[in-house]
Amino acid sequence: MTWLEANRSWVLELLWQHLLLSVPAVAISVVVAVVLGRVAWRWPRVGSVVLGVASLLYSVPALPLLIVVPVLLSIPLRSETNLVVALAVYGTALLAGTAADAFRTVDVRVREAAEAMGYSRRGLFWRIDLPLSLPVLISGIRVVAVSTVSLVTIGALVGISSLGSLLTDGFQRGIREEVATGVIATMVLAVLLDLAVVLAGRALTPWQRRVRGDARTARTTPDRDHPAGTAGTTNPAGTAGTAGPAAEVSA
Amino acid sequence: MGIEFRGVSKTYPDGTVAVAEFSCEVPSHRTLALVGTSGSGKTTLMRMVNRMIDPTTGTVLIDGKDVRSLEKVALRRSIGYVPQAGGLLPHRRVIDNVATVPVLNGVAKAAARETADGLLAKVGLDPALGRRFPGQLSGGQQQRVAVARALAADPNILLMDEPFGAVDPIVRRDLQDELLALQSELGKTIVLVTHDIDEAFRLGDEVVILRTGGVIAQVGTPQQIVADPADDFVRDFVGSDRAERTLRTVEMDGRRVVVDGDDRPVGVLA
Repeated sequence: MTWLEANRSWVLELLWQHLLLSVPAVAISVVVAVVLGRVAWRWPRVGSVVLGVASLLYSVPALPLLIVVPVLLSIPLRSETNLVVALAVYGTALLAGTAADAFRTVDVRVREAAEAMGYSRRGLFWRIDLPLSLPVLISGIRVVAVSTVSLVTIGALVGISSLGSLLTDGFQRGIREEVATGVIATMVLAVLLDLAVVLAGRALTPWQRRVRGDARTARTTPDRDHPAGTAGTTNPAGTAGTAGPAAEVSA
Repeated sequence: MGIEFRGVSKTYPDGTVAVAEFSCEVPSHRTLALVGTSGSGKTTLMRMVNRMIDPTTGTVLIDGKDVRSLEKVALRRSIGYVPQAGGLLPHRRVIDNVATVPVLNGVAKAAARETADGLLAKVGLDPALGRRFPGQLSGGQQQRVAVARALAADPNILLMDEPFGAVDPIVRRDLQDELLALQSELGKTIVLVTHDIDEAFRLGDEVVILRTGGVIAQVGTPQQIVADPADDFVRDFVGSDRAERTLRTVEMDGRRVVVDGDDRPVGVLA
């Protein structure tokens, strides 16, 4: 631990920089992916092309991308914007399909009822479709958050400092402790960001938290039918969605 | 406020005819029940009233005004809508579900919630349930909320899309009774879609029986239809030949007892 003690402030600074690179990249990915996902949901034929291109972008190797982006945007190779844009491309590619799926999980009966009550088109998006697609969207964002944190390290290869600098520096100088610190700190940061997304998702979807059986209390009517949909949660397939709805009651 | 369907048809681009040359009037404060199997165009017809679907030909008029001359969103907000099971907004608390349309119309949230509280009581729900999410309520309770929500902006017209189709028969009966009680107090103009002929007879002042392709098989009051089914289709749909519809009386200790086709007692003649 002597190396870490001697370099604590530097590691913390890199950690902070790493976070400052990751969060904007994830945020941009979410916004762009939601827009693309909405387009794909609305116009499936255009959508399949858009989603196809997006997943193709994900296959572009990271290093060339970091060299192409500054050329296209005419920004310096070593600027942080370069890395953020490149990571946003990957994040968007990863999330756009999930966003389209998320919109598809919204119950048509709910959307139609909302439309029949007089929601405008914009109101339907912001107040119905977007909130109701959140559970699936959040599970996709978790994947993007974790993958972005780990990809940020690549920036160190072109001189954008982050926890990745500990890896390049440690390898060059043969300091195993430095490399280990870089790996562990990156993983810890990924886990923390994932946790933040989970907590934010929970705060934004309070209707997902409810306990089986509470529909049996406080009835004033002689309804004898079963409580409907106590487990009405959409379980996103394929994504790292272990964040099931927490079983707790606000009452 | 009366509704008139004037020669409306709906043909889809693939050639499917959902409704063919349908004309019918719903006088103010009356209930029209559209009944038929799936594919009979009953839901399509109802949706023409709030312009969820526009007819291919013909017009729908509300108080003599062509609905196509009205702005869609404003029109929909002026009409109460009771969806099928599952049509509540799952992410909004019950109270906010009920307050939806007033809030869309710009009523302050607190005021809208206060009105919503009263409406919950009116449909037989404990206002304490208002704090819950729809998923925490039983199916019957959810449909009561749906009725309260449709009434929130005090519309003159109610559209009901198989509102009680998914609840069990005992609860359905309760809900129908309460709707009748509400209607006798409120006197809305109602268009009700159902596949359940008994529900149509119980709730409808006038009943339209539709066959496939949105063709009218018979229009009339429940009594008229039971007394004189237009053809075999109607006879079959109404179940005229079913044991519970072929009643007769027998003399029993000086009282006239009504029995059905299987000789099971139904009641006593008053």
